[in-house]
Amino acid sequence: MGLRVLAAMSGGVDSAVAAARIAEAGHDVTGVHLALSANPQSHRTGARGCCTIEDSRDARRAADVIGIPFYIWDMAERFQRDVVEDFVAEYAAGRTPNPCLRCNEKIKFEAVLDRALALGFDAVATGHHARLTDGVLSRSVDQGKDQSYVLGVLTRQQLSHAIFPLGDSTKAEVREEAARRGLTVADKPDSHDICFIADGDTRGFLAKRLGQEPGSIVDQEGEVVGSHHGAYAFTIGQRKGLHIDRPTADGRPRYVLSIEPVSNTVTVGPREALQVTEITCVRPVWNGPEATGELSVQLRAHGEVYGCRFETRDGEVVITLDQPATGVAAGQAAVLYSGDTVIGSATIATAA
Amino acid sequence: MLPEAIEAMTQQLGRVGNASSLHAAGRQARRVVEESREAIADALGARPSEVVFTAGGTEADNLAIKGLYWAREPRRRILISAIEHHGALDPARWLADRQGAEVELLEVDSHGRVHPDTLRAAIERDPESVALVSVMWANNEVGTVQPIRVLASIARDHGIPFHTDAVQAVGVLPVSFADSGAQALTLSGHKVGGPMGVGALLLERGVTPVSVLHGGGQERDVRSGTLDAPAIAGLAAAVEAAAKGQQAQAIRLSALRDDLIRRVRQAVPDVILNGDPVDRLPGNAHFSFPGCEGDALLMLLDAKGVECSTGSACSAGVAQPSHVLLAMGAPAAAARGSLRFTLGHTSTQDDVDRLIEVLPAAVERARRAGLS
Repeated sequence: MGLRVLAAMSGGVDSAVAAARIAEAGHDVTGVHLALSANPQSHRTGARGCCTIEDSRDARRAADVIGIPFYIWDMAERFQRDVVEDFVAEYAAGRTPNPCLRCNEKIKFEAVLDRALALGFDAVATGHHARLTDGVLSRSVDQGKDQSYVLGVLTRQQLSHAIFPLGDSTKAEVREEAARRGLTVADKPDSHDICFIADGDTRGFLAKRLGQEPGSIVDQEGEVVGSHHGAYAFTIGQRKGLHIDRPTADGRPRYVLSIEPVSNTVTVGPREALQVTEITCVRPVWNGPEATGELSVQLRAHGEVYGCRFETRDGEVVITLDQPATGVAAGQAAVLYSGDTVIGSATIATAA
Repeated sequence: MLPEAIEAMTQQLGRVGNASSLHAAGRQARRVVEESREAIADALGARPSEVVFTAGGTEADNLAIKGLYWAREPRRRILISAIEHHGALDPARWLADRQGAEVELLEVDSHGRVHPDTLRAAIERDPESVALVSVMWANNEVGTVQPIRVLASIARDHGIPFHTDAVQAVGVLPVSFADSGAQALTLSGHKVGGPMGVGALLLERGVTPVSVLHGGGQERDVRSGTLDAPAIAGLAAAVEAAAKGQQAQAIRLSALRDDLIRRVRQAVPDVILNGDPVDRLPGNAHFSFPGCEGDALLMLLDAKGVECSTGSACSAGVAQPSHVLLAMGAPAAAARGSLRFTLGHTSTQDDVDRLIEVLPAAVERARRAGLS
């Protein structure tokens, strides 16, 4: 007897093929589309990958082709509270959140998983590109599409009820398989951007939520070199859109070095000042095997990977990089790997 | 579909002929349509000329509500019950949004009944300004049957046209258009065991709504479009068969339903039966299960082979608390924890036994999952 599996189906090609694979493997699969927006738009605009009525229809159509029951779960309230509000609050606090990661942590593998287990399911399957072997998470064979980073925050307990059927396939193989299976989403474009910001204008979205709050842009010596309409609109390492009239003495570009929400101050400086080698992280999650061999850390989604070593101090994790990194933003996750295997993760607090 | 309806419809499908044409094939189609019209009129206490064929219940509701409103302008008020099907409620709302209508929702009591006093008071506030009244014969969700004759006579006393959406009632309850006193009555094919995509509006002679669909004026100059003779033949066969078997079927289904209600109450003691305990559709049992979400319960029962439905879903498919239950005064949580079990001509005692066997475990599990 197979497992009772809830397949989360966004309406995209990955989750459709994931559901088809586990159904074919003999498990008892039920497809569920998560309605995350209280007022969904009827059609996709731009590159959003979920949340529209068209997407929920695509998911239903795929479930019908696979031949599994299909339901829609209304997760709009939880999503608003745990992902959207958190996103706004993090920016307001001068940090740079990753909402996809938060959605995996709080919605797919908390709210949905809890409800699924209560209703008698054994596991939740998604179309993420990552491998999961005996509860151990590692990178997809498709390095370009690997999503182990946004899953690195899940606990052992959460991973023990997760199934990622696509980790051994490339995206191209998944699309080919979808076409072979008669799934009409085979050539649906990849989603990117943030699903709850319809037009992709994150600054505009934040401005609407947080209002305008004029403040100063200062250099490393504290001298005012410009002004802004709200510190939340900036990200560490940002170079464009600073709107500073005065050039630097040596003519070199300025980058955002730090964001101070209380005094509403943005500090800028030369690129070298962005370089950090020591990163202090909080709220560690140890979900993988003991750290052995060559260790590395990834500091943002699709970001570079740095060789490193780390130690834990009073519940904090201090990571020392082999090479300096730039643009390391508080609020992002640092996911630690041993080779391709995830050891654990923690949230970046400060970097120097 | 009822076997009689399939037989009548398939017999026509191989034939050519437009009922509006004068050649032999056209005359043949015309004969089928007119005999169907007579059969439906005969089964439902109407005259043949009072049957206006449409492409289903939604179109008939739209024609009645929009058409009568336009015909009665400059009167602005539409009195409509708060628990109507969207097929009737949404045309009224559209008239309010786009055409300056004033829609007044008639309140219902906790059983979902419109009281005659409620209608009388609403009309008497200003009888001259009422364009029409619309109250469904029986509610599709909670099964409550309305006192249609009384309500229709109140409207008639003031010379106001009365429309009733009888989609749920035709073939299930004794329905006579003439006795009801209504000026317009909606029926739909698939709800009587006929084909989908066909229905009719019974329209009293002399009542002329403004058209919604303009064209050839095939139906009394009120409704245009080439008539679908095979579907109409299927509709007529279904209405005839359902009306003939109505009494026996109602007795059988009421007994089965009462058994279902009694045993659901035994199995889940805190369950709430919604709708009128006595005046309800024979095959309808509608419950609220405290602490459960209807969706979760539906999924668990479906996995055990029991098919039932929650209220309604929005266009994205997200379950919405039913406007019917909310209008009856149910709290939103209770409305979300509701399920309808419908018994029809294929339902048997075995189906009820099967439900009672799997229900307690499903309710317990759904309660554990809670209201998310």
